[in-house]
Amino acid sequence: MKKLLMATAATALMAGTAYADDVKLGILLGFTGPLESIAPDMASGAKLAIDQVNASGKFLDGQTVSAVQGDTGCIDASLAVSSAERLITSDGVKGIVGGMCSGETGAVLQNAAIPNGIVMISPSATSPALSTVEDNGLFFRTSPSDARQGQVMADILNDRGIKEVAITYTNNDYGKGLADSVASAFTESGGTVTMNASHEDGKADYSAEVGALASAGGEVLIIVGYIDQGGAGIINGALDSGAFDTFMFPDGMVSETLEANFAASTEGSFGQVPSAQGDGPAKFAEIGKAAGFDPTGTFAPESYDAAALILLAMQAAGSTDPAVYKEKVMDVANAPGEEILPGELDKALQILKDGGDIDYVGASAVELIGPGESAGTYREIEMKDGKMVEVGFR
Amino acid sequence: MDFLNAIVALSNYVLIPGIAYGSQLALGALGVTLVYGILRFSNFAHGDTMAFGAMITVLVTWWLQSLGVSLGPLPTALLALPFGILGCVLLLLATDRVVYRFYREKKAKPVILVIVSMGVMFIMNGIVRLIIGPDDQRFLDGERFLISARDFKEMTGLAEGLAIKSTQVITLITAIIVVALLFWFLNRTRAGKSMRAYSDNEDLALLSGVNPERVVMLTWVIVAALATVAGVLYGLDKSFKPFTYFQLLLPIFASAIVGGLGNPLGAIAGGFVIAFSEVTITYAWKKVLGYLMPDSLAPDGLVQLLSTDYKFAVSFVILLIVLLFKPTGLFKGQSV
Repeated sequence: MKKLLMATAATALMAGTAYADDVKLGILLGFTGPLESIAPDMASGAKLAIDQVNASGKFLDGQTVSAVQGDTGCIDASLAVSSAERLITSDGVKGIVGGMCSGETGAVLQNAAIPNGIVMISPSATSPALSTVEDNGLFFRTSPSDARQGQVMADILNDRGIKEVAITYTNNDYGKGLADSVASAFTESGGTVTMNASHEDGKADYSAEVGALASAGGEVLIIVGYIDQGGAGIINGALDSGAFDTFMFPDGMVSETLEANFAASTEGSFGQVPSAQGDGPAKFAEIGKAAGFDPTGTFAPESYDAAALILLAMQAAGSTDPAVYKEKVMDVANAPGEEILPGELDKALQILKDGGDIDYVGASAVELIGPGESAGTYREIEMKDGKMVEVGFR
Repeated sequence: MDFLNAIVALSNYVLIPGIAYGSQLALGALGVTLVYGILRFSNFAHGDTMAFGAMITVLVTWWLQSLGVSLGPLPTALLALPFGILGCVLLLLATDRVVYRFYREKKAKPVILVIVSMGVMFIMNGIVRLIIGPDDQRFLDGERFLISARDFKEMTGLAEGLAIKSTQVITLITAIIVVALLFWFLNRTRAGKSMRAYSDNEDLALLSGVNPERVVMLTWVIVAALATVAGVLYGLDKSFKPFTYFQLLLPIFASAIVGGLGNPLGAIAGGFVIAFSEVTITYAWKKVLGYLMPDSLAPDGLVQLLSTDYKFAVSFVILLIVLLFKPTGLFKGQSV
């Protein structure tokens, strides 16, 4: 509620300060709903990119950019579509950073972005289904597809010598997509999945699910869910009944809440979250902290990159028309050209203005492949002595 | 040995969680059934009444914890429970004074009161979120387990563990005490008898000199106490999150209706029927059968009647069957 109020207030403020010679960028995220705890940092990431572009003064001959926020509710497709409609038709945004969750992103893309011809770059929608969707070249994402994450998870399991796993997933596009992708990757590499069953979020009692999972057995329980929702209930149930002591946490579960509440009780559990190697993250952490938000928050770097990519593509095309600049998104994201790290947007704008070429690396080591999605590096984490520690990159 | 393992596995994953969840549902359903029996409407605000009572208890628990007060192995929340009940009683009496009394005096139809209670539900929903926020809150302290799965395995040498959480035992004991008190009150005291008389036949009760406002007030006080106890027990056993209390409303209503709306005994039976149907019908019997059957016959599959996706459907199918064949519920309640 509080966040919703803040978001609305912020939107009102933004709308108030807008003026004629001003390019609007929509930030369409789940400020309410199951991922409401990570949305504010993501929005701050995207705004940071906008602020840096404004500060440079080189964007399209001195035009300024302002952000307009919209709420998707993460699991509420109708709310997401109406917010997107509002951003596009009444606020007149030229591009959208969002949506946040996979199901809602697909709905917005089909019902608002494609009909109106608006470019969407999602920082966090990871469902494999979005790779094959017919998007008229309007949809990109700075996060990797879960087809890739499933492969990474199978590799982690194999490297740890685990032969049998049980999977429970949250019953939506994200949960089902990732659960199926890890199940097929793991089975192909010779492992056994004893059970692959869904759980509903926000339920009163998870003993039925835990009972069934325990009966199926397995060395590790993979929880493809949300830490703010059913995921926590499943961990509690499994720990209480002694069904499982070791868990695997994919990106939706890895957060500060997980570390604070469960790091001590799930010793030896592991997981992974999309994150980049190289200089990008460190630089982003520095400028993010200075800007006053948590730059290590899940998908905050991807959000910064999504906003930056839209603005750089506009600069490269010399136009804010989505039909024109959509062609440039892949060009600015990938080689050849000068590598651009976070905080160097000023330099990038200058190069593009002079007709040069850039290779945007950014905070999450952006490398767009195939249908315009990130190739994806993952940070592997493990619970050690009551702390969540980084054990490597994949 | 295998036989023992099978029993332990079944208790650990079915019996014990089922009994604890059943007690929580039964306490909730008792509140719903009392309102239906005496005030004659389905109170949709009940889930959020539970959340409100539990919220006050959580806040007082935090305050007590900050003062360093504790009950040793027992959760401090038990000490804070009376404050929670008091807060909830005040809220319900105020709601009755401001909202329900107006409609009662107008002799509004039950269906109008149902809609009104939905309005009250959204308001309570908002109050709870404004005060404590929408997030998960933890307020459990003291010993978490009476016996943990690992200890049990070491003690008995069995392959299967049996975990009994202290909150599960507290839930069961409190539920028994509360139900005993309630039945004693309804059957043995003058006030309780006047409530039952009012429920059976309003006009006759009025003629016999029963004061209706007093009966209504008593009902709300009891409902507040039941709701708070149910809410706190649920919060201790799982976690306190306003949204899940709203979600609890469905199984609670299913329990009350299966048992027979307006019948307290039915509410308790209904609570356990719903809880066990959710847990048992979707249970995968592979492990238990694996212990019981000789190796050659041990099942490869999960031996699951229905996938857990359908666990909510199960309670509602039971609800439909009961309503089709016994519209008054398992125990003779009022037909809906």
